[in-house]
Amino acid sequence: MARQTAFLGRCYPAAGTYQVGREKIREFAEAIGDDNALYRDPSAARACGYPDVIAPPTFAIILALQAQQVVVCDPELGLDYRRVVHGSQSFTHHRPIRAGDELAATLEVEGVRTMGNNDMLTLRCQITDAAGDPVTTSRSMLVFRREDR
Amino acid sequence: MSRRRCEEVAEGDELPGLRVRVTRAGLVRYAGASGDFNPIHWNERLAREVGLPDVIAHGMLTMALANRLVTTWVGDPGAIVECAVRFTRPVVVPDDDEGALVEFSGTVTQRREDAVVVAITARCAAQSVLGHATVTVALA
Repeated sequence: MARQTAFLGRCYPAAGTYQVGREKIREFAEAIGDDNALYRDPSAARACGYPDVIAPPTFAIILALQAQQVVVCDPELGLDYRRVVHGSQSFTHHRPIRAGDELAATLEVEGVRTMGNNDMLTLRCQITDAAGDPVTTSRSMLVFRREDR
Repeated sequence: MSRRRCEEVAEGDELPGLRVRVTRAGLVRYAGASGDFNPIHWNERLAREVGLPDVIAHGMLTMALANRLVTTWVGDPGAIVECAVRFTRPVVVPDDDEGALVEFSGTVTQRREDAVVVAITARCAAQSVLGHATVTVALA
């Protein structure tokens, strides 16, 4: 656990930007079985005041997962990805993600604790747009189950 | 697709329920869409190797379905300002055509001036699979 504690407070800058496309939003909406027109039809989205189609509320997990890779796969942490279980998740949306967005995700290790055989990491991912304005704040608590002894 | 209006909603209102069959094919599709290729969501051998009973669904898929209950009700998905869940039990997905049936229900638990909070329950095989699942919705 000492190894994990050393990660507390660490920040990882955005590795690049993510271009949100209409087809990716449609693909994600189909995978969750949501046929809402605002994910697919730009004119329906415009009628609701959005410049283009918007993404489902949990779409931001794509960016959060990419940002988390740098921590989860860090050899210094030495974790077995297959033993990772998602403990909890939250999103705060400052505005909906939409097609045409160019987003950047920065990551911070916000919490580290141990309970029994489990190590828990809370990762905060701040997603901003090209103007630097906040779009979504994601918090993921990941549970790393140690080998049964 | 206009947004549901605040005066149409009262504390205690129940949202129309949602029943979804989560299948192995659905997990593969979600893995591709989300970029979460953890093999515990599609490979039975690897899932069992790390002590799971079988392949399990992505927690994020269950969370997405829970939000679908709310976006369908509110009309405009951009109305969701906050959503949070705890993953309390895995949704075990057998290798058959039926998959796992997950049932969602939601109740308006708080009404503020311009927003409401919906509490969601999600059950699979007679057990709750999400804890403290809430969605905050800004209304017109």
